[in-house]
Amino acid sequence: MATLKLTKVTKAYGNIEILHGIDLDIESGEFIVFVGPSGCGKSTLLRTIAGLEQITSGTLEIDGVVVNDIPPSQRGIAMVFQSYALYPHMTVYDNMAFGMRLARKSRQEIDERVKYAANILQLTPYLDRLPKALSGGQRQRVAIGRAICRNPKVFLFDEPLSNLDAALRVATRIEIAKLHESMPDTTMIYVTHDQVEAMTLADRIVVLRSGVIEQVGSPMELYDRPDNIFVAGFIGSPAMNMVPCTFEQSGGEVRARPENHEPVRIPVQIPAGAVGGKGTLGVRPEHLRLADGAEPLFRGRLDIVEHLGELTLLYVDCGFAEPIIAKLEGNVRIERGSEIALAARTGMLHVFDADGRSFPRQEQPLAAE
Amino acid sequence: MSSIAGTKSGLMWAVHISVALLVALWIFPTVGLFVSSFRTADQIAASGWWASLFPQEQNLVLRTADPSKQAQEGDLYVISGNLFADNNEPAAGISAWGVSSRAISDYEPGETADMGDDGRITIEQNGDYRLENDVAFEGRRGERIFVTATTPPKFTLENYEHVLLSGSTTDSMAKAFFNTLTVTIPATVIPIVIAAFAAYALAWMRFPGRALLIAAVVALLVVPLQLALIPLLRLHLGIGIGKGYLGVWLAHTGFGLPLAIYLLRNYMVGLPRDIIENAKVDGATDFQIFTRIVLPLSMPALASFAIFQFLWTWNDLLVAKVFLIDATGETTVMTNQIVELLGTRGGNWEILATAAFVSIAVPLVVFFAMQRYLVRGLLAGSVK
Amino acid sequence: MNPALQGLITIVLGVGGCLAYFWLSNQFLDRVLFPARGPNPGRNINRANMVRPWLFLFPAIFALGLYLAYPVFETLRLSLTSRSAGGAFVGLENYMRMGREPKFWEAMRNNMLWLVVVPAVSTAFGLLAAQLTDRIRWGNVAKSIVFMPMAISFVGASVIFKLIYDTRAAGQDQIGVLNAIWLAFDGGPGSFIFLRLVPALILLAFAAFMVYGIYLALRPLVWGESLSGKATWWTFPLRVVVAFAALWLLWLSLHSIYSVFTATLPYGQPQTWLTIPFWNNFFLMAVLIWIQTGFAMVIISAALRGIPEETVEAAIIDGANPFDVFFKIKVPQIMGTIVVVWTTITLVVLKVFDIVYAMTNGQWETQVLANYMYDKLFRANDWGVGSASAIVIMILVTPILIWNVYNARKEMR
Repeated sequence: MATLKLTKVTKAYGNIEILHGIDLDIESGEFIVFVGPSGCGKSTLLRTIAGLEQITSGTLEIDGVVVNDIPPSQRGIAMVFQSYALYPHMTVYDNMAFGMRLARKSRQEIDERVKYAANILQLTPYLDRLPKALSGGQRQRVAIGRAICRNPKVFLFDEPLSNLDAALRVATRIEIAKLHESMPDTTMIYVTHDQVEAMTLADRIVVLRSGVIEQVGSPMELYDRPDNIFVAGFIGSPAMNMVPCTFEQSGGEVRARPENHEPVRIPVQIPAGAVGGKGTLGVRPEHLRLADGAEPLFRGRLDIVEHLGELTLLYVDCGFAEPIIAKLEGNVRIERGSEIALAARTGMLHVFDADGRSFPRQEQPLAAE
Repeated sequence: MSSIAGTKSGLMWAVHISVALLVALWIFPTVGLFVSSFRTADQIAASGWWASLFPQEQNLVLRTADPSKQAQEGDLYVISGNLFADNNEPAAGISAWGVSSRAISDYEPGETADMGDDGRITIEQNGDYRLENDVAFEGRRGERIFVTATTPPKFTLENYEHVLLSGSTTDSMAKAFFNTLTVTIPATVIPIVIAAFAAYALAWMRFPGRALLIAAVVALLVVPLQLALIPLLRLHLGIGIGKGYLGVWLAHTGFGLPLAIYLLRNYMVGLPRDIIENAKVDGATDFQIFTRIVLPLSMPALASFAIFQFLWTWNDLLVAKVFLIDATGETTVMTNQIVELLGTRGGNWEILATAAFVSIAVPLVVFFAMQRYLVRGLLAGSVK
Repeated sequence: MNPALQGLITIVLGVGGCLAYFWLSNQFLDRVLFPARGPNPGRNINRANMVRPWLFLFPAIFALGLYLAYPVFETLRLSLTSRSAGGAFVGLENYMRMGREPKFWEAMRNNMLWLVVVPAVSTAFGLLAAQLTDRIRWGNVAKSIVFMPMAISFVGASVIFKLIYDTRAAGQDQIGVLNAIWLAFDGGPGSFIFLRLVPALILLAFAAFMVYGIYLALRPLVWGESLSGKATWWTFPLRVVVAFAALWLLWLSLHSIYSVFTATLPYGQPQTWLTIPFWNNFFLMAVLIWIQTGFAMVIISAALRGIPEETVEAAIIDGANPFDVFFKIKVPQIMGTIVVVWTTITLVVLKVFDIVYAMTNGQWETQVLANYMYDKLFRANDWGVGSASAIVIMILVTPILIWNVYNARKEMR
């Protein structure tokens, strides 16, 4: 069992506060991903959970025990660092055995556990090598193996794939997912700035910005129902199109009118006080399609077309500050400079108030079309 | 490390205390010399230098002025004055006094002692006293007063005057100071010029035998200069340079070159290749690249070596003794002067300490001012 | 003429001359010898570039050759000649004569003692100082103070320590700190603690350290565990040699513990420290240790900064306490630097002349090779034996020379 509970956790260096009162509950066996832009505090939060940084105020509980003042080695955690942090003067075997040797475990137990971890990670032929004789991917696996040998309750990963090349990143990502499956009782906390890793690995994602949690939820929750503009723009690539709009009464209901466009129906309930005011309308590029006779959402001139083979990206200048991006399946032949009308299903629209928060939805989002 | 959860603050305290002890231990010897140079010969002979930093206590027996000095003020007969001045003692502060040899600390400064028929006496902290009586004082001698005096720490500059300005041939460091300066500066400047060119060639030019030459430089770094003394002295004597400044300049240049080339080459190799290649594409000759790009960029390394060589030549004894100093005693450097003083004035610590401190003053100043460059020079090539 | 003026002229001539040489020779090369015109400008430029490095190098090679390379061979030759025979070749006679002099062997023994003690102690203190001052706020100030003695001449340091070791007759106030402290001991409990118990504990710790050293050196050979990294042909004999040296030191320290408790100490009598046989060497060594610790500390400090912080953090998570981190993670990673520091200080020890010359001049059995050589050369005017002793110093230095060149070439690849 390995539950974590953070209550108003704050971390400050002198006068500078990095984390502002983080509240988070993590279930045993969950795969949690901390994600956010550079400087949002995700690594600091991870290191605080590890015990490498002291908590300024607030409490951290692991399995119900407050661990604020407990040293890292006694918290039942293991950490995989971005730069692997292998001991360069020790063999792979010694790297993985180091913690157990410090804990005075028997030689037999050490041998068993190291060989077991090496087996899972296919490191058995490399046990006698020094880290400098290994490739980047192998070193990362040794780092993971060293963590496994600690038999921890909580696994902590600090951007472990950042130093690997693209192909290796995908392969190792899958290995980490499989590792999690093979250890259902172990909680894993993973830090990354790459939202693809977040979406593919996480049970729940914690989006952080400037030391504050913006939203916590499963990947699909964050995708379908982002709480605010920041989360909406962070998840998904290319990012969601955001256009300023005003809310007005039209056709018996409250509609959103994007600048210089016709009002459109929206799937959210606008409180009376917001009518007449400003807001933001958002729609993901993959939910836009060529209008082809349906009610157009946006009109404009096609600026740039990018053919990627499996999809086509259209950059349409609709008079907003940024071009509207549409992601269409397959290879769409269309001429630059032509007049384009784009439409989207009402249920796919996201509406945000003047402060960037999303309005609660009236209905369930439909499955991706 | 202190930010790790669960570290005991006790550990940090232990570290701070250990460092404080280490620092105190390391600075203690030099402080001893420094303090001693400000004390007179008597003071040094009388007590260790560490005691001189604190006020010293003495027990004195002093007399007030004799009755012939008494004056009449109305009904009272008064003798007043200053205990120290009246007894030809140096001024001091009184911490306690008494009128009887069995009770020498009965009174504090400012209090009044009642001696019955002999009068009343008040003594202030600086030694001023006022003896009053209702009847005239008799006798020829003044009252005996027992005083515990504290003399504040006393220091003098006369040692420095003697060593620097007196002009005495054995004790004076002034001439040796200028001699040392004369030896050091050319010996620092000239190797730099020669080594800079050689270092550039070894760093950025391609030619056969380069690796061999670099290995030779590394090997020569290790060769002890004791090996070179005899042959070179004979060479100098043979070709007519003899013992003198020219000889010692040449010697220091030769001995300093391996380190200079090593330091400068290491630094030059680290310069960005792009800048130099860019210049070559632009058509610059090697000479121009060297003078206009590499040399200005290598200033930190040049400064590092200059400081090294300066300290090394200033502090050197052996090379000076072999190549410069002859039997006439006309030429001498400060290190040699100190060795002489150790022999002739070994017991006169006031001279010895002052002379030693004068000789180490300049290196210390250079050290503290240019520490950064010295450290950087040390680190070049040493950290693996 | 006035030496200062002479110096100024030398600087101007020297620097100016060098610059003129370089500029003129380059001009000559590029304009006259291989001009970049005519029928084959490309070939000329290439030739000029092939010659140019040698122009740059010539003054340095000349100076180095004359002042360092030539003397090595000349000293070797001189050591095989005899002054009294008018410079005739006498073979190894100088060496034999030297070998018969007890002063020479005394110097050798002392040098060995210096070689074992000073680099080890300086490096150890430097390591300790570097680690302690690493993270504290006033670390830089502390480092400056410990490093400061390096700026002081050996002679100045000798004066400083002579003051510490000074002796006055019994009954007078002592002005040397060491005697002042010594007189404070009177045979009572304080004396027992500081003069018997504490040294015994230190020796015991040292003995334990030696046992650990023997264990480390012999473990891979006896238990046959896998040697991490590569094992070369000289690792095995080196381990055996180190084990034997540690065993000898272990025996010495145990013997010393015994004598610490049984020796009668002359309480209340001021000691002339520099005349006590055998121990006076250590008082002389203290001067060099005082100076070289700063050097070791500065270099090791830079190496410590270069250790990736994350290896330390990983070790902390693995459960290492500060001592584990220091000995098992940090020290192994800077072992290369520690070796460099150790060898450099060893070189300094072999060349040390000023300290012994200024403080005892070799009397009371403190003679060292460098001072012995100076003595033979300039007092006895015996250049044969003097050169022979210089060659002995060179031989002692040669292993380090080979090691340094080997490492330099390895790095260049």
